[in-house]
Amino acid sequence: MSAIWQTQHVLASGIVAAVGVGVAYISYTAQPAQAFLFPRLISTVFVVLALWTFGKAVIGKTKVGNGLNRTQMIHIAPGLIVALVYIFWAAKGLGFYTATAIAFFILLTLYDPSPHNEPRTWIKRVVITAGFMAVMYGLFAMLLNVFTPREIFF
Amino acid sequence: MEFIGYMGDVFTPINFMLLLIGTIGGLILGATPGLSPTMAVALLIPFTFKLDATQGLILLGAAYTSTVAGGAVSAILLKIPGAPANIATTLDGHTMARKGQGARALQLSFIASLVGGVFGVFLLIFLTPVLAQWALAFGPSHLFWLAILGVTVIGSLDSSSVVKGLLSGCIGLWLATVGFDDIMGAQRFIFHDAVAGGINIIPALIGLFAIPQVITMFANGRKPSETEVLSVERHPIREALKEVAGRTRALSIGTAVGSFIGLIPGVGGQIAGLVAYDQSRKVSSEREKFGTGHSEGIIAAESANNAMVGPSLVPLLTLSIPGSPTAAVLLGGLLIHGIFPGSDLFDNHPQVAWTFINSMLIGQIMMCIFGLYVAGLAARVAQVPNAVMAAVVLGLAVFGSYSVQHSMGDVYVMAALGTGMYFLERFGFSAAPLVLGLILGPIAEANFVQGSMIANATSNLGSYFLTGPLNLTLIAIVVASIVYSAWMEIRHRRYTTKDEAVAKEEALS
Repeated sequence: MSAIWQTQHVLASGIVAAVGVGVAYISYTAQPAQAFLFPRLISTVFVVLALWTFGKAVIGKTKVGNGLNRTQMIHIAPGLIVALVYIFWAAKGLGFYTATAIAFFILLTLYDPSPHNEPRTWIKRVVITAGFMAVMYGLFAMLLNVFTPREIFF
Repeated sequence: MEFIGYMGDVFTPINFMLLLIGTIGGLILGATPGLSPTMAVALLIPFTFKLDATQGLILLGAAYTSTVAGGAVSAILLKIPGAPANIATTLDGHTMARKGQGARALQLSFIASLVGGVFGVFLLIFLTPVLAQWALAFGPSHLFWLAILGVTVIGSLDSSSVVKGLLSGCIGLWLATVGFDDIMGAQRFIFHDAVAGGINIIPALIGLFAIPQVITMFANGRKPSETEVLSVERHPIREALKEVAGRTRALSIGTAVGSFIGLIPGVGGQIAGLVAYDQSRKVSSEREKFGTGHSEGIIAAESANNAMVGPSLVPLLTLSIPGSPTAAVLLGGLLIHGIFPGSDLFDNHPQVAWTFINSMLIGQIMMCIFGLYVAGLAARVAQVPNAVMAAVVLGLAVFGSYSVQHSMGDVYVMAALGTGMYFLERFGFSAAPLVLGLILGPIAEANFVQGSMIANATSNLGSYFLTGPLNLTLIAIVVASIVYSAWMEIRHRRYTTKDEAVAKEEALS
């Protein structure tokens, strides 16, 4: 087992174990106790299994899960950042349709294998984005009557 | 024979149109690698809000049926299973298509799916009302153990690690307790305003199934698609019908294995297809032909994975225990319309229950007819670049989650759960038991609390929950499923190298 792979497993199972311990602590200390009867039951099993998993990761006995390699992290990072900015800020801050169009176009540009230096590629991306937005508007605004946040833009 | 009385309801213009949309859409979605049946059904749920319960279920049921069969298209023409259920189809289906017999492979696949699927739906029709009445005998302690059984069976059988599968189930059960306690009104684990009212099932399902797929597509980077769509030559359908009729052994093995596996909560179509393929090969007189484009391989695998669909709904419609992750999503679709599975469904909403089940029967026939016509188109759609697919799924996930309650909080929950699930999956955790925990958590808790009250008034907690034949049987099944899975895991590891395990996991993901 490589050191980076083991470190990743220790980190992941450590976070899960920390959450488990936190849940158990709250379940056993919060009031009214009656409301936390079921969470106590769950959190006890949760903590035992999480600590078992963490212990196995620490001693390098983890058998499943491939973790993430450097290439995957580099590929994921830009898309994930765009997606999270879109969801946690832009959708509300700019307006759903504007933010969706921008995020859609950026994601296409980031991950489309077509060469960036050809005008046709950019036209194709604009057309796909416009087509997708038209379908979303038709489905959600006109068919389902979902009133999405408009904010400073559409 | 009550179901016959409601057969006409499937053919009202709106119901039939929804069945048609669900079937054709499901075939295309199913053929698209990366869009699993579960994710396709989860993304469709927001579109059912404006429909009544029957219409919504018809759409979701048709999509479930046809996504499983549609997965065979990309398995045969692209060598990429549209869903894990179609892995076994690739072995002979793609080899047959490579020999210039793509149309024959598709015809065999859809006809076998039809036979398996119809048998599976008939099991659903005849078993469900009987079990629903039997379920009336269940008290709170039994329902509590049934809910726990649903989580542990999927946690142990559907995961590559029993401990991590069960841990995923625990995380789901915990997430189900977030929000206000129903009895005392106490706040529990409310760490953000977005979850003050608890975690809504639909955005959670969309996030847990769609977002990990989106991030997986990101992880592929700007890799151009290298898949080659094999051409579909003409092949007389009559010959395919004759060939399927002549392969009764493979057909009956596939149908029987698929139906049986579908009834067991947690064991999905992927296993059904592979087990049926393996069993069919073992008893075949032409076993050396398997893997070389042999019709028995396609027939066994496809009849099994579609025969699994109907029976996987039996535990859902009778006991509220989803038999598969897709069935769990369908449960979410039922609950948003205020309908609870079990005898209540058949006693108080027979029109909803029977029209839905009948629509699955008709849907199987439509799936076969349209499957043969839209296969070429579906294979082209399956070639949509990752970049477009990721952006489309992300957009649908955001709009779909928002439309549930017109709340940004739901979108945040969807994104947080989905992103977290992607990373958990990379470390061996599994979404299916987490979803089951989230869905069955409230059922388990409500019955646990109710059982505790009864126990306080009559006996002690231990004797109420741990004694009695039904309690002991359910506990025995819980323990047996965990022990069996742990034993299989140890045995499997003894004969599998780390590299093989990593390669297998990569292939499945």
